[in-house]
Parts: sequence; C-alpha cells; structure tokens
Amino acid sequence: MTDLTQLGVKAIRDGVAGGDFTAREVAESFNAAVAGASALNAFIVATPDHALSAADAVDARRAKGEDLGKMGGVPIGMKDLFCTDGVQTTAASHILEGFVPRYESTVSRKLWEAGAGMLGKLNLDQFAMGSSNETSYFGNVSSPWRKEGANAAMSPGGSSGGSSAAVAARIAPAATGTDTGGSIRQPAAFTGIAGIKPTYGRCSRWGVVAFASSLDQAGPMARSVEDCAIMLEAMAGFDPKDATSLERDVPAWEAGLDANLKGKRIGIPREYRMEGTDQAILDSWEQGKAWLRDAGAEIVDVSLPHTKYALPAYYIIAPAEASSNLARYDGVRYGLRDLPDGSGLQDMYAATREEGFGDEVKRRILIGTYVLSAGFYDAYYTQAQKIRALVARDFEEAFASCDAILAPTTPTASFPLGENSDDPLAMYLNDVFAVPASLAGLPAMSVPAMLNPDGLPLGLQIVGKPFDEQGVLNAGLAIQQRAGFDAAPEKWW
Amino acid sequence: MAATRAASARGMSVTREEVAKISNLARIRMTDGELDRMVPELNKILDWVEQLGEVDVTGVEPMTAVIPNTLRLRADEVDAIPETAGGRRDDVLANAPAAEHGFFGVPKVIE
Repeated sequence: MTDLTQLGVKAIRDGVAGGDFTAREVAESFNAAVAGASALNAFIVATPDHALSAADAVDARRAKGEDLGKMGGVPIGMKDLFCTDGVQTTAASHILEGFVPRYESTVSRKLWEAGAGMLGKLNLDQFAMGSSNETSYFGNVSSPWRKEGANAAMSPGGSSGGSSAAVAARIAPAATGTDTGGSIRQPAAFTGIAGIKPTYGRCSRWGVVAFASSLDQAGPMARSVEDCAIMLEAMAGFDPKDATSLERDVPAWEAGLDANLKGKRIGIPREYRMEGTDQAILDSWEQGKAWLRDAGAEIVDVSLPHTKYALPAYYIIAPAEASSNLARYDGVRYGLRDLPDGSGLQDMYAATREEGFGDEVKRRILIGTYVLSAGFYDAYYTQAQKIRALVARDFEEAFASCDAILAPTTPTASFPLGENSDDPLAMYLNDVFAVPASLAGLPAMSVPAMLNPDGLPLGLQIVGKPFDEQGVLNAGLAIQQRAGFDAAPEKWW
Repeated sequence: MAATRAASARGMSVTREEVAKISNLARIRMTDGELDRMVPELNKILDWVEQLGEVDVTGVEPMTAVIPNTLRLRADEVDAIPETAGGRRDDVLANAPAAEHGFFGVPKVIE
C-alpha cells in the first residue's frame, strides 16, 4: 500500500471518495507521523482523537452514499491561533496557556463541516508576531529542511512556522495559516510549500485570536496550488459575526484552475529590486518571468513607488492595533493571573502582563502604545495610515496595466534559528516583499520555485487584484507546472 | 507642551523615563534590566520608521478601510446569533482565573 502521508489534499479527498483507502487509514497514518515528529516541535498539542472521529464520520457517510464534503477525509493541522471548542488555544503565549474555548472559530467550523479532521494545534510565533517561529512560549519550531551537508536547525519562517514545518515534513497534508504581514507566504517560501492569503475579508476573523485586525487574514498552506484552492473554498465565505467579512459568494476556485495565461499581463515591480536581496532570489525571479511567459503571459514593467515605505508603515500600524487588541489580556476573564501579595487591580494587570507576554509581544505593545499616545498620534499613526493609502493606490495604478504581479516572496532563503533573533529590525526585513500586499488587502500567494545553492527552497510570490484569487491561483499553477518542484527534506527527525 | 512634542516627534528618541511611562500606560510591569534593554531597541525601531516623514502626503486621506465595505446592521432581534447571545454565563466564566458566585473575581478595588 502507498504511504498515505505522501498524499496531498486532492489525492486524499479523491482516494477516500473513490474507496482506494478509508479516511480512518489516512488519519491513522498522519497521527503516527505527528507522534513521530516531536523533534520538529511543530505541534503544541496533538488531537489524534479529533482526526479519528472526523474520519469515522466521513467513512460512515460514504457507506451511506452521502456527500463527503470538499475536504472529506482530509486531516489537517490547525494553527493555534484559531479557537477550537474544547481544545486548548494559546496563540503560543503563556498568558493564554490552559485557555480552552467554549466555541469554534468560523474558519475551523467550516473546515470540520467540509469533512476535515484535526491532527492538532500548530505552534507559531507568539500572537503571530515574528518571522522565524522563535517567539513561541512553547519553544522554537525546526524546519524539516537543513542546508546541504549541515546540521544547524533552520527556521521554518513565521508566524505560521508550525504549519509550514508540518506540511513540508509530510506530517500533515495541509494546515491553516494566518497572514498579517507575510505570515503565510514567508513560511511557505522557507519550506518549499504553497500558501495563499486571500483578499482581506474572504475568511472570517471570528474566533481567530486578534493581532492587527485591519490586516489579519486566514488562508491555507499545502503542497500544491490545487490543494490550496480546495482548502480555501472550504475556509472562505460570508460570516455575519465578523463586521469586515465580505458579502460575496465563494467562487469555485478549484474548478476554475487554468494554467493557460494567454492574454494575461504580469507586472514586474521595479522597486522590488532591492539591495540585500540574494542573487539566487533574483535568479528565481528571472526564471519565474520565463515560466509565465511560457504559459502565454506578457511580462510588463510596473512601478510601485511607495514600496520602501510599506514596511515602516506596517511597523506602526500593526503594533498600534496589537496594543489595542491585546489590552484584553488582563488576568480577569481568561488566561493567566499574577496577583502579587497584597496588590490591587492595577498591579495585577501589570504583573499578569509582565509574566504572560514574551519580549517581542511586549516590544510591539510598547511601540503601539507610544505611537497612539497623545501628542504622537498624528506624527506616527495618521502619517502611517496616509502612506498605507498611497501603497494601496500604487497597486491600483499598477493593475491598470497588468492582471497580477510577480515578485520574490522573501529577500533570502531560510536562516539558522538564532541567527537574527537578537536584532528585531533585521527580522522585520524578512517581510519586505510580503507586507505591501497586506497593507493593500490584496490576495497573494507563494509557490515553491527551486532550491538555492545551499539546497534550501525559494518561493515566488503572486499578488492579484482585490477578489481575484482565481487569477493568483492560475498564475501559481502555471509556475508550479513549469517549476516541477518535487524536492522534499530528508527525514532526520 | 504636548503640541511642541508632537511637532518634534520625528528626530526624537525615547528616554528611559518615557519608556517607563509607556509601559505603565500599557500595564506591563518592567524591571530596571528590562527597561535598559528595551530603550535602545525601541529607539532603533523608531529611528527606522522616521523615514516615513520624507513622504509627501499632501491631500492624502488616511486609510480607514482596506477593502471598500459597508458596515452592516444585524437584525434587530434579541439573541439573533446564538454564539454571541445571552444565557451563556457558565461558558463565559469557564476560563476565568477566579470566578465566584457567577461573577469574575478581582482584587478589592474600593477601600
């Protein structure tokens, strides 16, 4: 029998529907793979029973001849930022350790309704703040990838680093991610998998632990563009419980996949040619253009003049929203409480938050508090929101002359854990190519392109017009077919 | 004072006292060692974001909604959405560090 853990979403769904294997066999295979991969530290908790009972329900439906759902029989990893009823949800923080939601996030509920099961809750950067998965209270996640001939543990990217590591290591066929400023795309690029952040508002934020609400978007991470299309269909859709949810039908993205790009124009933003970008990344970008041209697209130059200001604007806006969102962790309603002897309410707040938040989270709350404080608000926050409007306008103007944009996902390949952790600013630069699309709320995806000379994966990014996930997926598929990326990390865990 | 400081926000760096004040506003207790470490880190980040001052934003409205969307009103109906409706006291209190008599328990706030 084939090793079921080598299969992706589509192959599992179709194999279960066709009776090639049962959903229970799939769940058992992945449960065993998860149990055997603790060295990666990808999961904060495993939930093998959830995966098995979802699988049994799918097998029972099949026996009765019923519809199995878009994700029927597919066990997935759930980023531990999504509230799951009866299963601890921590955002990889100490302050939420032991928090067991009494409700299900909309995105996870939709996935279970589509026939998926849960292998466990995936590790991440604390409150999704980080680009290397080194800020989790539950320890670093190791990428399954290593440099050729080296043993140093590498970063799986962040913040969805547990998700990327699990999918790349084939201990989950797919996983949920969230992307505030690159947290789906950068880890996907670092680990040789695909991931898409849809248009802001496609996936409900209800029940997702909030970081920066005007930027946070959920999306799928999987090994192929087709798998991402299938899973995004199951995750997306209008939700009255999220005030910014889009009231639009979910397109049939899987059925609409078409790698023929004849008549499409792909823009190459000249400002993305930045100093400090690896030569191998620039080479992969050139190769990407050639692949898309081969698929029938016309390559055109475009300009996004405010690109260099997107990242600093993001590091005002996201911390500002975070400082407000994370005010809810007060030691009163849920999570940790630190009540020093004889102290009052204010001391309890301050002690609880000192104890419960990690350094990067504190840093961002302080920055956010500062830029929103009286006397500084206009100089920092209002200015950043004006620049955000200019970044969005740049894209709007570029899309007058192209259908989608091709760029690198990251300026470098993955780096060893610990290499950038002492320098917050150097870490932030990882998301320099990812953040502009986040500020503009645009759909954007990373697809694996090739290995660099060290044997580490590199990703290419496609950014689309608002609501045009189909165009993004189609360009991604054209790259995937030509890249033929089938490299997998050698098992050491 | 506030206006003067706002006008010169750019090019300014935060002092140890200011970081202590911000951490108090954010209700995060910080030890002297943590403050010492945080001051240069915050200044490095603030120095870097200062480049935003170069951008001419004349006539630009600050962004308020990233994707144009109208704010909906929900149906004027009691408990329209079960998950966010009333009658779920035990669920609401289930994760409280100190729930007493059906309420959230906090240290005494009135002498």
